Amino acid sequence: MNQAMLNTTPTPAAAKAKTIEIEGLNFFYGKTQSLKNVSLDIHAKQVTAFIGPSGCGKSTLLRTLNRMYDLYPGQRAEGKIMYRGGNILDAGVDVNMLRAKVGMVFQKPTPFPMSIYDNIAFGVRLYENLSKGEMDERVEWALKKAALWEEAKDKLSKSGLSLSGGQQQRLCIARGVAVKPDVLLLDEPTSALDPISTAKIEELISELKQDYTITIVTHNMQQAARCSDYTAYMYLGELVEFGETDQIFMNPARKETQDYITGRFG
Amino acid sequence: MATEMNTATKNPVYRRRLLAHRIGITMSVCAMGIGLAFLAWILFTLLYNGLGGLSATLFTADTPAPGTPGGGLRNAILGSVMMVGLSTLISTPVGILAGIYLAEYGENNKFAQVTRFVTDIMLSAPSIVIGLFVYAIYVAKVQHFSGYAGTIALSLIAIPVVVRTTDNMLRLVPASLLEAAYALGAPHWKVALTVRLRAVKAGVVTGVLLAVARVTGETAPLLFTALNNQFYSHDMNAPLANLPVVIYTYAMSPYDDWRSLAWAGALLVTTTVLLLNILSRTLFSQKTPN
Repeated sequence: MNQAMLNTTPTPAAAKAKTIEIEGLNFFYGKTQSLKNVSLDIHAKQVTAFIGPSGCGKSTLLRTLNRMYDLYPGQRAEGKIMYRGGNILDAGVDVNMLRAKVGMVFQKPTPFPMSIYDNIAFGVRLYENLSKGEMDERVEWALKKAALWEEAKDKLSKSGLSLSGGQQQRLCIARGVAVKPDVLLLDEPTSALDPISTAKIEELISELKQDYTITIVTHNMQQAARCSDYTAYMYLGELVEFGETDQIFMNPARKETQDYITGRFG
Repeated sequence: MATEMNTATKNPVYRRRLLAHRIGITMSVCAMGIGLAFLAWILFTLLYNGLGGLSATLFTADTPAPGTPGGGLRNAILGSVMMVGLSTLISTPVGILAGIYLAEYGENNKFAQVTRFVTDIMLSAPSIVIGLFVYAIYVAKVQHFSGYAGTIALSLIAIPVVVRTTDNMLRLVPASLLEAAYALGAPHWKVALTVRLRAVKAGVVTGVLLAVARVTGETAPLLFTALNNQFYSHDMNAPLANLPVVIYTYAMSPYDDWRSLAWAGALLVTTTVLLLNILSRTLFSQKTPN
């Protein structure tokens, strides 16, 4: 997979086309194996949720999709993650370009120590050369997409840290969409927020999926049932069951899934 | 309820613990009191002896010959400002860049570990040794004392301070903030400079201020490098007057006017150092990474 592949827009495909195909993924923290032979597909412009008890490997799996684990020596992945025709786990892949196309929002809101405007412009400036007017438009567009424009438009030059927790998280989402990625990875985006902010962000997710492929990790099963189109249930590093959300929650094929969903376990 | 509280104090285990608590607190407060008392005593003595020497002539007249009235410390103040200023100009970029290197690449890197170790040693190296070192490699070679030699010595003292504080501050930045920047596809150097460094810039400035405060009062290294100069001069390539050496020379002299100038100089230096420390503390408390 090379630069050229990452620069082209993918050809329009059927609604259930696959953006990412994970095949036989194994992941190791040093000697400990935390993902065992995971295979699943992330469908285009759909929300895929990873659920499971703590320590099942759902965040680990999410973080392989943008090679975030690369930052830490001793963590390694084996297998295939096919995106845009190539395996992103290959040595020759430009990881920074990959991350520009596969964005991530984390559990803890992390605004940069800059103004709200610069927070959003930071990612855009990395890969695009926009004039002041174009940048202003992009910032406004991103903030509107994240439902933060009305609250932030009068204080764009204020520090990102001056916002409330829920607003900061929406700022992080705005920052993620501003660079127009293909995929948005959300790692428990609402677990640090109050119920009202959580509801706003869940609303956001259902709007964002019109334009982006979304993968969300959540320990809140009801959130997965509400927001997602596909759900993957994981346990102890293995993918137990994967399918359409309605089917998983109403008619799971595996007993383990049934037990987790009904709260008999987990 | 009141009865239960009263019976608790009759409990021997509780009473023993309460006694230990009271002894501990008393000893802590006494220790603090002793420290504060000496600090207050020093400041009071300085003010008592030095305030009389403070006047406008202190800043307008140069160091006098003994017995000459109307002397001041202008040349010494100028020399100190020049040397401290130039050494800050040198040590700040060098120290910050080294600190960035240590924080970014210094986890499992042998070279970085050695650098950190050497920095720690230099932090506590006797400043007179640094002065002798600069004397041997520079002053003796060019056969004259100079302000530049003094600047080199002060820089060697200031750099480790800046390196250490920058390194420590940068390592305080939470991994979550750095990951957020990497997740946008930012390259390593960009994350290091525009996100990590910016997150702790108040702390880094504090480190620089502390380094300045440290070198402002250093005397021993200047004895062998800048020496001193009786007259007004801003030639950095020749012996340069400076406050610490003037204080040293004048304080031990038998002349009253020289001694009062020494006290005034000591008051100036101490006030500067005190103000720099207070400034760095207020700066730091306003912004710390969360």
